[in-house]
Amino acid sequence: MGLTITEKILRDHSDNKNAVAGDIVLAKIDKCLGNDITAPISINVFEEIIKGTNKGVFDKDKIILTPDHFTPNKDVASAIQSKMLKDFAYKYNLSNYFEMGRVGIEHCLIPQERLVLPGEVFIGADSHTCTYGALGAFSTGVGSTDLGVAMVLGKCWFKIPESIKFIYSGTLNKWVSGKDLILYTIGKIGVDGATYNAMEFTGEVIEHLSMASRFTMCNMAIEAGGKNGIVAPDKITKDYLKDINESNYRIYSSDRDAQYDNIIEFNCSEIEPQVALPHLPENAKPISEVHNMQIEIDQVVIGSCTNGRLEDLEVAARIIGRNKINPRIRCIIIPGTQEIYLEALKKGYVELFIKSGAVVSTPTCGPCLGGHMGILAPNEKALSTTNRNFLGRMGHIESEIYLASPAIAAASAIKGYITSPDY
Amino acid sequence: MNGIVLKYNQKNINTDLIIPARYLTNSDSQHLASHCMEDLDRNFKQKKEELNATIIVADSNFGCGSSREQAPIALKTAGVKCIIAPSYARIFYRNAINIGLPIIEFQDISMINTGDELEINFNEGNLKNITNASEFKINKMPKFLQEIISIGGLVNYAKKKILEK
Repeated sequence: MGLTITEKILRDHSDNKNAVAGDIVLAKIDKCLGNDITAPISINVFEEIIKGTNKGVFDKDKIILTPDHFTPNKDVASAIQSKMLKDFAYKYNLSNYFEMGRVGIEHCLIPQERLVLPGEVFIGADSHTCTYGALGAFSTGVGSTDLGVAMVLGKCWFKIPESIKFIYSGTLNKWVSGKDLILYTIGKIGVDGATYNAMEFTGEVIEHLSMASRFTMCNMAIEAGGKNGIVAPDKITKDYLKDINESNYRIYSSDRDAQYDNIIEFNCSEIEPQVALPHLPENAKPISEVHNMQIEIDQVVIGSCTNGRLEDLEVAARIIGRNKINPRIRCIIIPGTQEIYLEALKKGYVELFIKSGAVVSTPTCGPCLGGHMGILAPNEKALSTTNRNFLGRMGHIESEIYLASPAIAAASAIKGYITSPDY
Repeated sequence: MNGIVLKYNQKNINTDLIIPARYLTNSDSQHLASHCMEDLDRNFKQKKEELNATIIVADSNFGCGSSREQAPIALKTAGVKCIIAPSYARIFYRNAINIGLPIIEFQDISMINTGDELEINFNEGNLKNITNASEFKINKMPKFLQEIISIGGLVNYAKKKILEK
């Protein structure tokens, strides 16, 4: 019987070399990650476990700490949490602690820093750790205790997931990106449509899709309940990793006779840019329908671990051009990392954004989770390129969040209501 | 275990509703418990205390969204001893097990209402609703997960692993 890419990676990292989907394994992890919200609990867990022993961290080069959620520290409480990460990193001489000025939004930063490679097992105490499946790694979000234990043992328990194969055929319509494909997919299967499953993205459209769009799709696997999203590495992956010698990573792919829980095919020629209406990502609607609803908005956010990459800013810059942000709109643009910020600056996007009337922020998760840098008042509406539109997530419980791609967000920031660059 | 039920007949109760991100600048468990379920139900704490409820029953995909372990920690510290729902988001599920909070996948939640008294036997896989005199089988957890729950969570499991080496 054939195996899926997810089964192969997890099996090769576990003691049970016959393990298949459904089995629980203790797997070796290649890297683990925590942030300023989740790592403080992990650090306490870690210290409690090693208390009275001569143990330390399992590998100082394989633990990554990124204070990125409430940073730059928004208040004393968050400063205390960030300080815990810093103190821990220096105490154990960690090589991958990212201080302010070098940190970025973790899921933009880690692939950029080559801290995850194809074929690896990666865990992060952050639900969007599933992003790195775009590189053909098994990567998944876990809790703080999982991370704390992994920092000691270098291992994590997993139930090897059954896989759902998604086949994207046809060709992409204008302005349709990875964000639209994943919103459309979640709209079809629901926010629990892939619970406990691996979501394997395949098909001719995926084969031609950019790395940025692949990261976006895998990033939102969790919004369908998925354990991981994954794309088998190909030429696009290798080109992205061209500075890394291929002998440093391992390329896996699913067997032809691999077993799938379900196979779902979408004809992309029928997919328009999507907008997810409040308060669930599954409320995806085509832009033609949402445009007719004439939904006036108060805030636009372009950024996040979902859409904070250079390609996303490039699309926004192309659409904004010499236009002005609508006078009644706050437009907040957040490059995912310092490197992306600098590239955007060199290419003239930052100047263009500022002249249009937008705010350009230092990299932070900030408004996505209602942390800071753009909180909504009662009855306000935001259109955001982030990943969750749960009730109250970006601020007041009576505010609303609409999710879309950078193209839709930029066009809407100019017009003042949710629309497409083509209308 | 025995306990009284507080039920939320709602699907997709996400971790932002269980513990909003605005409270995550402080990971003290008592602080988290004091804001538990606040955005879902302002009167959660009051209802829980009036009923003396220790079992939460909810509809499918409970705990979806963020990986924040603060969600099961807030529930556990607020006095919740067990959660019953048809399905869970997977990170919430593993977080609950890791911190030793029993969690049951149970489809027939229409047979349980707020105020009902339940008797749950995890070892035998039995759930008895004493109030309406009904009885159900519940799936036993895989052996590895039972082991984690029985020794009080993943921290104790890891301590044991270290000592074995």
